[in-house]
Amino acid sequence: MIDYWPLLGIALVVVGFALRFNPLLVVATAAIVTGLLGHMPFLKVLATLGHGFNENRYVSIIWIVLPVIGLLERYGLQQRARTVIANMRGATAGRLLIVYLAFRQVLAALGLISVAGHPQTVRPLVAPMAVAAAEKQHGKLDDETVETVKAMSAATDNVGVFFGEDIFLAVASILLIQGSMASFGIQLTPFQLSVWAIPTAICAFLVHGSRLLLLDRKLGRRA
Amino acid sequence: MIDLHWLYVLAGAVFAGFALGSMRDRTNKKRLGNAAFYGLLALSFWFGDLLGDIGNGILVLAVVAIAGAHLLGHGSKESTSAQEREGHSERFGNKLFLPALVIPFTAFVGTLVYNYTPLKNTGLIDPKAVTLVLLGCGVIIALIVSYAWLRPPLLSSIDEGSRLANAIGWPMVLPQMLASLGVIFAAAGVGTTIGALVSSIIPEGSVLLAVLLYAFGMVIFTMIMGNAFAAFPVMAAAIGIPILVHADGGNPAVIGAVGMLSGFCGTLMTPMAANFNIVPAALLELRNQYAVIKAQIPTALVMLIVNIVILYVAGFHL
Repeated sequence: MIDYWPLLGIALVVVGFALRFNPLLVVATAAIVTGLLGHMPFLKVLATLGHGFNENRYVSIIWIVLPVIGLLERYGLQQRARTVIANMRGATAGRLLIVYLAFRQVLAALGLISVAGHPQTVRPLVAPMAVAAAEKQHGKLDDETVETVKAMSAATDNVGVFFGEDIFLAVASILLIQGSMASFGIQLTPFQLSVWAIPTAICAFLVHGSRLLLLDRKLGRRA
Repeated sequence: MIDLHWLYVLAGAVFAGFALGSMRDRTNKKRLGNAAFYGLLALSFWFGDLLGDIGNGILVLAVVAIAGAHLLGHGSKESTSAQEREGHSERFGNKLFLPALVIPFTAFVGTLVYNYTPLKNTGLIDPKAVTLVLLGCGVIIALIVSYAWLRPPLLSSIDEGSRLANAIGWPMVLPQMLASLGVIFAAAGVGTTIGALVSSIIPEGSVLLAVLLYAFGMVIFTMIMGNAFAAFPVMAAAIGIPILVHADGGNPAVIGAVGMLSGFCGTLMTPMAANFNIVPAALLELRNQYAVIKAQIPTALVMLIVNIVILYVAGFHL
């Protein structure tokens, strides 16, 4: 008989997110409930949570870029990003983001994932540039439209990384696939796996790129 | 050897700086809460390995309590006005991009140079952390360059950094918390349970149905866990290997690679993948915290169909 009780923790997360409780609170509660339902004593749950948090500190390292970005914003970095785009002929939000998508996919395929990202490049450069390009083409935008363009900038960064990184041989996910397969006696090389990431990467560029061109047209209709 | 621990020392210093910067902002009524929040994170980066598992667990609960009790706020004071910024932007010109680009450039060129020259054999940097270590170097270089050139007030990088940090707020630690939740899920056997559940509903004899179940299983389980890495071993063990590879004779390289990529479509659609989906919404100061997910759903759904077609055609008919 399978013990389904630990799955209640998942239900807690879904309900907690849907009801918009503070996500940190939701996640901590779900962690403790799941552990207890999985027959772990409370101190063991607390220790596992603490151990997991400590082992995953590298996830939060990226915030070391904030002092630099903040300092440069104080001296007008975002304004500068907008000026550059305003002086560029033929720049549209969609075209700019397509260039960024290609750049991000290619870098990720070379294994250079932390080179760009939301704190490093999207907030200080890509998002203000995309908004400036849209404003240059369509005049002053309302808040909702600015939000759409900014959200699309962040989305483009994610799509670029996700559908680029697996082309690189030594990325964690390729090594994980290789390891999982090997534990069932199926021997694969990273090369065999990463080759099969290429068709999806090309399709992702075409699909998301088309959506970015549609964004330009949609902005045109709103203006 | 320079490994992640060196970066933890740097990150601890930055978070201690956020605590100090928050205290200095008298327009923030909740500054004590912010300072305590960052102080605990600095403690975790600096002394996490000495606190013991239970000590770290208590630290996590304290961090969560501060956020959950709404003790975090942000100030109303902008260091420079929009007009002043326009003025600075005119004066410094495009050279303002240089310090910002120093960070990605150091990480990019540094990684290439380190990995493809004899430098690699010196063992100076932990191979698992090369890009992150160089990113840290980039941050330090960019700070030095900015101070030398712009000559800002001494504490301004701390003030500006904590202004940004406070604008983001609690989502800063959500990714790390979700990773810890994943550790608990694994310890409590959530993965095995889901695997058993999926195995019990597998249709017989239809390759297409099995492919659909595998791809959708990856998406849904990834959305729950916030991470395709947690979903993959479970789905591979439940369907990918026994059914698709062994029983139906699929190409294991395609089943593995494209199965993982189907999971990535799920990552684009879930708030559980906070560092990709929730943090950027906070960072870009969007009103709707799900705006980034909303922007990604159409791409994710089309890419899921693309992946299913590749799985079915390349996995079984090429």
